[in-house]
Amino acid sequence: MSDVMVNAGSVAFQADGSTGARKGVQVNRLDGGLIKGGKPLSFTFDGKRFKGFEGDTLASALLANGVRLMGRSFKYHRPRGPLTSGSEEPNALVELRSGGRQEPNTRATVAELYDGLEANSQNCWPSLQHDFMAINDRFSNFLTAGFYYKTFMWPAAFWEKLYEPIIRKAAGLGSISFAADPDAYDKGFLHCDLLVIGAGPTGLMAALTAGRAGAQVIIADEDFLLGGRLNAETFGIGDLTGAAWVEQAQAELASMPNVRVMPRTTIIGAFDHGIYGAVERTADHVLAPEAGKPRQILWRIYSKRAMLAAGATERPIAFENNDRPGVMLAGAVRAYANRWAVTPDQTVAVFTNNDDGHRTAADLIAKGVKVTAVIDTRADAPAVEGAELFAGAQVIDTRGRLGLESVRLRLASGITRDVPCGALAVSGGWNPNVHLTCHQRGRPAWREDIAAFVPAGELPQNMAVAGAANGDFSTAAALRAGADGAVAALSELGIEAKAGELPEAEDAPINVTPFWYVKEGKGRAWLDQQNDVTVKDVKLAHQENFRSVEHLKRYTTLGMATDQGKTSNMGGLAIMAELAGKQIPEVGTTMFRPPYTPVSFGVMAGRSVGEEFRPTRKTPSHKWAEEQGAVFVEVGQWLRAQWFPKAGETHWRQSVDREVLQTRNSVGICDVTTLGKIDVQGKDAAEFLNKMYANAFAKLPVGKVRYGLMLREDGIAYDDGTAARFAEDHFVVTTTTANAVLVYRNMEFARQCLFPDMDVQLISTTEAWAQFAVAGPNARKLLQKVVDPEFDISNEAFPFMGCGEITVAGGCRARLFRISFSGELAYEIAVPTRYGDAMIRKLMEAGEEFGAVPYGTEALGVMRIEKGHAAGNELNGTTSALNLGMGRMVSKKKDCIGNTLSEREGMNQEDALKLVGFKPVNAADPVQAGAHLMNANGEVSAATDQGYITSAAYSPVLGCSIGIGFLKRGDSRKGEVIRAVNPLEGKEIQVEVVSAHFVDPEGERLRG
Amino acid sequence: MIINHPILGPRDSQEFTYLGDASLIDRPDWQADNAADQFCDYLYLRDNPAGAHRELWFHEQGDRSWLVVTRNTVTHEILNVELARDVARARGRSK
Repeated sequence: MSDVMVNAGSVAFQADGSTGARKGVQVNRLDGGLIKGGKPLSFTFDGKRFKGFEGDTLASALLANGVRLMGRSFKYHRPRGPLTSGSEEPNALVELRSGGRQEPNTRATVAELYDGLEANSQNCWPSLQHDFMAINDRFSNFLTAGFYYKTFMWPAAFWEKLYEPIIRKAAGLGSISFAADPDAYDKGFLHCDLLVIGAGPTGLMAALTAGRAGAQVIIADEDFLLGGRLNAETFGIGDLTGAAWVEQAQAELASMPNVRVMPRTTIIGAFDHGIYGAVERTADHVLAPEAGKPRQILWRIYSKRAMLAAGATERPIAFENNDRPGVMLAGAVRAYANRWAVTPDQTVAVFTNNDDGHRTAADLIAKGVKVTAVIDTRADAPAVEGAELFAGAQVIDTRGRLGLESVRLRLASGITRDVPCGALAVSGGWNPNVHLTCHQRGRPAWREDIAAFVPAGELPQNMAVAGAANGDFSTAAALRAGADGAVAALSELGIEAKAGELPEAEDAPINVTPFWYVKEGKGRAWLDQQNDVTVKDVKLAHQENFRSVEHLKRYTTLGMATDQGKTSNMGGLAIMAELAGKQIPEVGTTMFRPPYTPVSFGVMAGRSVGEEFRPTRKTPSHKWAEEQGAVFVEVGQWLRAQWFPKAGETHWRQSVDREVLQTRNSVGICDVTTLGKIDVQGKDAAEFLNKMYANAFAKLPVGKVRYGLMLREDGIAYDDGTAARFAEDHFVVTTTTANAVLVYRNMEFARQCLFPDMDVQLISTTEAWAQFAVAGPNARKLLQKVVDPEFDISNEAFPFMGCGEITVAGGCRARLFRISFSGELAYEIAVPTRYGDAMIRKLMEAGEEFGAVPYGTEALGVMRIEKGHAAGNELNGTTSALNLGMGRMVSKKKDCIGNTLSEREGMNQEDALKLVGFKPVNAADPVQAGAHLMNANGEVSAATDQGYITSAAYSPVLGCSIGIGFLKRGDSRKGEVIRAVNPLEGKEIQVEVVSAHFVDPEGERLRG
Repeated sequence: MIINHPILGPRDSQEFTYLGDASLIDRPDWQADNAADQFCDYLYLRDNPAGAHRELWFHEQGDRSWLVVTRNTVTHEILNVELARDVARARGRSK
């Protein structure tokens, strides 16, 4: 058979001839295989330089170089080598690359070799060969299952200071560099009729069948080479070798425009409604991604039908010291020999409970490797040619400190014998890869004839399972299941496909007698090699009554490592079943959850990192503000100017005080575009707003603006803004910046779900209009220079709370609102967004003669606190209209959202909190937002709490710090001196209760 | 999840925001004698069924339709999708 492989043409290695030339220092390199000849690739492991070939993995290249020791285990720091040749690998975890590209916990068995690959061992110090923490291994009697739960319980005070830091230091496997990852990760979306998961014989046959029928097909495989086990076995398909058949199939698939072949792509999860997550590693196999190309892509695949053809995973047998480097799965040893032309050692023994293990012996012998023994647990084991067979025997112990040297057998006759070998190929049978079938509600069922769980129960919507993943292990059965499965899936979509004539292939029966662990021996027999869980630990869990599989998992950590127990769960639960006197199906399996294999955070984040984490929204005057040297602040997604420092100003307060005073004394301009704007139109627009706002809108005249308070249905104040009536059937509503999206959503809910036949339409116009506040005694004079002369904006023609559609700057469409947040004579002027930049420049130019200042969000905040206007700090989700001093605004004569429940007794208590202002008794004392209010005398406690301060600022007008907040019966306590306390910082000041309207309480300025 | 929008066809659930039980459509009459009690039930009492659940979804990144989606909370199977406005009308919310 191996001769056939060598002749397989371009994919097989044969080009550069002699064994000697290939070997060099690659002492364990064999002939044949699917690696490519030519120039060897150079790589390093722990700083030492090695050579491998294209087509190698890091593990196969290291084995070729005679390196079996690749890692240290998690808990006991036991020396370990690769157990497998695939993604299920528990042991051979390494750190790849360095600097920003360093990636810990990468499985050497799937890391594709490239020239310049840099790998380092992890979880060891000072070196892989001499690991200090291996001392843990000596204390293993203490570090058993539940050790942490039992040991670190008391004294409780030790946890934070002593136990946790030590455990955290010891925990984890690989390390990260803390340097920023220089690479990009992308996200993408794909659609298909049929998603084929796995490109072994089943998947390839399914993709060929569906592709020939013209269906849209995606076939994905985690491996960089299509073919699955066909690459690892010596049997052919029809007249071809397995690899040649794969090459032919791949060529045909590549010729079909309706088929997308995705190697290096792991389907990580099966989600609702036929959606699958996939990670494509587009640049992990090269030194660095091409410029502008991503390292990995996270795909969301929308499939109409999916076929899981994920194959099967071999399971080991547990016996004493079965974790030495060199003890490997038999299928893996065979894969290394046939695909990678590597043997882990020149002498190999085989330990099996099934016929499949014998294939390893035969293939190794054919490759010239010395097989020192075939140990078969079955008394009726089939004969072996070329090696000594021990039927009915078991491996009871092993030797070799950093790598296997010999195994000790208990023969059927009862005597023991030592057999020398540098590698032991172990097969305990095969488990179908059912993982993805469980991502929704599937619960695998036990099949006695193959001694394994197969997919069952409720599979993910429109998923079918075929081939080895379904328990059909032979190649012939796989091809048949792939073809038939594709035909069945497509017929459900109304696409006619033909299975056609299938090539001949091996059809060997499954011959397995369950055998989970060797009972002999007092030492440790390993189940979960990554988390160091032994047969003893399972026994202890059983003894301490953690017997359900889910408890077993959490108590022993079986299956909780990065490999999720792909090679160990089955053994653990079989032993638990035996101890509990139950059948395996009664015990069941733990739940499999996404992701199928570990996924990097980078690909989950995609492009949403750093500044791109979320959109940055810039106001229309942003560029101009930047030119002025504005300091910006993030408000939600918006960047707003916080203040505009001038030359000589060394502290932000200097800038803010100047902006406030200049606005109050002359005129200031502020970009208020970020406020939400909703256009409300229709015959029933006024009636609709009556429902939305607590106060009445029906009688608002055209050309007028009214303040509006919105409640939640539970009566709590929600949002506030203004509604301007431009026509009988047309309002423009504003919301706070933070609630722009939510208020619109609520209004649409009311419109469609509560009042479905009102004649009203809504649209958000937040980004359609650039809006500027122009405030201060000179605001009108300034605007008169900008607004076109045909529009009279005198106090008589355009009084306080007026609004109108006007033009500016010689015909530019604009809206003018005479509203004031600062308490000054003020307007807001809106122009289409594209004129926003021109507008701010025009306003500033027109204001030059008045000394107009731009002001930012800080000055805006100071001025609204000076006026006692509520904002987000006051509309904080706990306060009602009554608390805000707007109780009388809530109309009793009409229905609106929140009015019924705002009348609840609990929200209308006599000692309800009321919004008032606070001035420090000692003018030098700063008032702090968040401080709690206490009576002048008496204890400071939650029980005596009188309220709290919500907003505070230094008022340049008053020359002292001021605050507003909520005080019990506050409206009737003006003049009272109370205490504002901050127990967190140990601060306490005396404050006087005053009106929240610090500046111009009569409101004369804004009407002037 | 994929929600089969009655107007736009199948759409990814990422385009939607979720509100909750479709009983929120049945807002009580503010003039009823026991309006406060009715509002209290309306606002705070919800069934939490393991199985078919009628719920409100908003196609925020789409056509801004509110939908009533009947979803099996156990399997995420979507059994029916209606325009909430049609549901509201059918439940007598027309003027």
